[in-house]
Amino acid sequence: MESVNPIERALRGIAITLVILFFMFPIFWIILMSFQTNETILRMPPSMVFTPTLENYMALITGKLETSAGILEIAFMKNLFNSFFLSTASVAIGLVLGVPAAYAFARLKFKGSEDIAFTLLSFRFAPPLLVLLPLTIYFQQLGLANTYGGLIWVYQLIVLPLILWIVRGYFEDIPADVEYAYRIAGHSWGATFRKIALPLAGPGIAAAALLAFIFAWNNFVFALVLASADKQPVTVGALAFVTASGIQYGQIAAGIVLSIAPTFALALYAQRYLVEGLSLGAVKG
Amino acid sequence: MTIVLKDIVKAFKTDVVLDGVSLSVDKGETLVLFGPSGAGKTVLLRLIAGVVELDEGVIEIDGRNMDGVEPEDRGIGMAFQNFALFPHMDATENIAAPLTAKRMGQQQIKHTVEKVARLLKIDHVLHHKPKELSNGQKQRTALARALSGEPHILLLDDPLRNVDAKLRFEMRLELPRLLKDQEATVIYVTQDYKEAMALGDRIAVMNGKGIQQIGSPFDIYMSPANVEIARLFGDPVINLLDVTPERSSDGVQIMLSGQSLVIDDGYAQSIGQSCVLGIRPEAFHFVEEGTQGAIPVSIETEAPLNEKTVTLALTKNKREVMISRPAGAPAPSSGTAWIKVDAKNIHLFDRQSGLRIDPLKTQQAQGAA
Repeated sequence: MESVNPIERALRGIAITLVILFFMFPIFWIILMSFQTNETILRMPPSMVFTPTLENYMALITGKLETSAGILEIAFMKNLFNSFFLSTASVAIGLVLGVPAAYAFARLKFKGSEDIAFTLLSFRFAPPLLVLLPLTIYFQQLGLANTYGGLIWVYQLIVLPLILWIVRGYFEDIPADVEYAYRIAGHSWGATFRKIALPLAGPGIAAAALLAFIFAWNNFVFALVLASADKQPVTVGALAFVTASGIQYGQIAAGIVLSIAPTFALALYAQRYLVEGLSLGAVKG
Repeated sequence: MTIVLKDIVKAFKTDVVLDGVSLSVDKGETLVLFGPSGAGKTVLLRLIAGVVELDEGVIEIDGRNMDGVEPEDRGIGMAFQNFALFPHMDATENIAAPLTAKRMGQQQIKHTVEKVARLLKIDHVLHHKPKELSNGQKQRTALARALSGEPHILLLDDPLRNVDAKLRFEMRLELPRLLKDQEATVIYVTQDYKEAMALGDRIAVMNGKGIQQIGSPFDIYMSPANVEIARLFGDPVINLLDVTPERSSDGVQIMLSGQSLVIDDGYAQSIGQSCVLGIRPEAFHFVEEGTQGAIPVSIETEAPLNEKTVTLALTKNKREVMISRPAGAPAPSSGTAWIKVDAKNIHLFDRQSGLRIDPLKTQQAQGAA
């Protein structure tokens, strides 16, 4: 790579800069907006010069939104907690169910295993709106509508196929001989799963969990239909900012900043797992 | 522990790898499975280890049918060709794997691991992860892991394949002693005939879905069951010449470049049939011009191979032959030379089937009749 000519290097630099600008500018702009009042956001022409204010954040945290029409109660913090709880619980259950299933699909070639695995993946093909209507009716009859349990169950549609298919790939990448060697050494297959397969697929499981968390966190339509105010996550809760007296851009921006912060932090933390190599040079390839 | 295999059949989808393999290995014996790649050696080893399932046949260890017995319950130690070390554990934990399975105390595990590691000269790298080990160290770690649990049966799948020549040579010398000390029944897979001859009490030659010959290294070298086995054992490879034995006044003869080579009477059954004559390069020797039965050859080239020198020569009929002699032995290095072979050191094979024609057997058969 040292022998790249200067023009190529310059072009590459420009390309990278453009891509970064393209992806980062909206985030940067949102962060700026979150420190502004509606008036400064909406002025023409837009300007980067303003007096920063923490008003938006204060409104979100205290749950009192001051609009021209008076004080409005909003449940943003509650929404944030819901998002956090729903996503974490969904991913946790998804892992408990999905990781052993992924191992079975990777290692045991039982009859119909491919069909079952594909069926699980096909849950991702159907547009959510297609299943929502019958689901809503079932949920109301079963008493699952507007419960955390019901939402977490529906979230498995998003989380489980993702975990299953990503983790399965990682399990398949572990050389079977490594597991055989552990069994021949005298360990049961259960111990082999715990001591060999799980640690070696660790980076993959972390990556899958992270992605599943983000997908669950960003889900909008399931929660919109199946949950009412007190169970709603931030994605749905943000609708509250579209008020009778106008759209509260400042609060929306602050809400976005607060709601992307956990996933962002998680992504930063998990980055090393995502990058870390899987097979650590034990098997000659 | 004895191992008995009866009529083993194994296919992967429609590809039959083993077809009716039977084999028995005695307690404390080292049996070498030798054969070219794809002969099914590794599959056979895995069947015995229980990590691949049998299609047909019976595997018995110490008289007990292994059908349905899990790999962890077979009391086996195995070293894989690709090492198959646990990448997330250091060398100590790798070697200790069979010991932790036995729920041994920490102190005792430490002691045993160190003992095995000293034996294999890897005690200085015990805290390294597999990726920090050289290939030779990985190989020794894998071997140490197979040995540490003191299994009664050791399955070694070409453990020297991926190590450098120097280490391979050293290990070839050390391994027999190491294996004897273990007092285990050993099945050793290799593609290297020298390794097979150095390590095996007996050698089973596998080729084409089954075992073609089982015998002591001496037997296999001196009376290979077919042309293929004769070619696999020996370096440089055996000279093979198409011949047709004839009747002569002295019995049976083979004409080589116009010179008569009188061979054992036992070959009489092959008179007039198409055969392949096998002569090992070291069975030829150079003789003076005019010696009785000497075959003239023109020397093409000569290659010194450390302990021996190999000459490539052409016969009158433009057939290539290789002649090997101990390094330093005098011999012509160019031009025309005369070579001779002792009729006792030849092998005759049927050209059609490739099978060895055994002069003793036919003699006995005739004697019986």
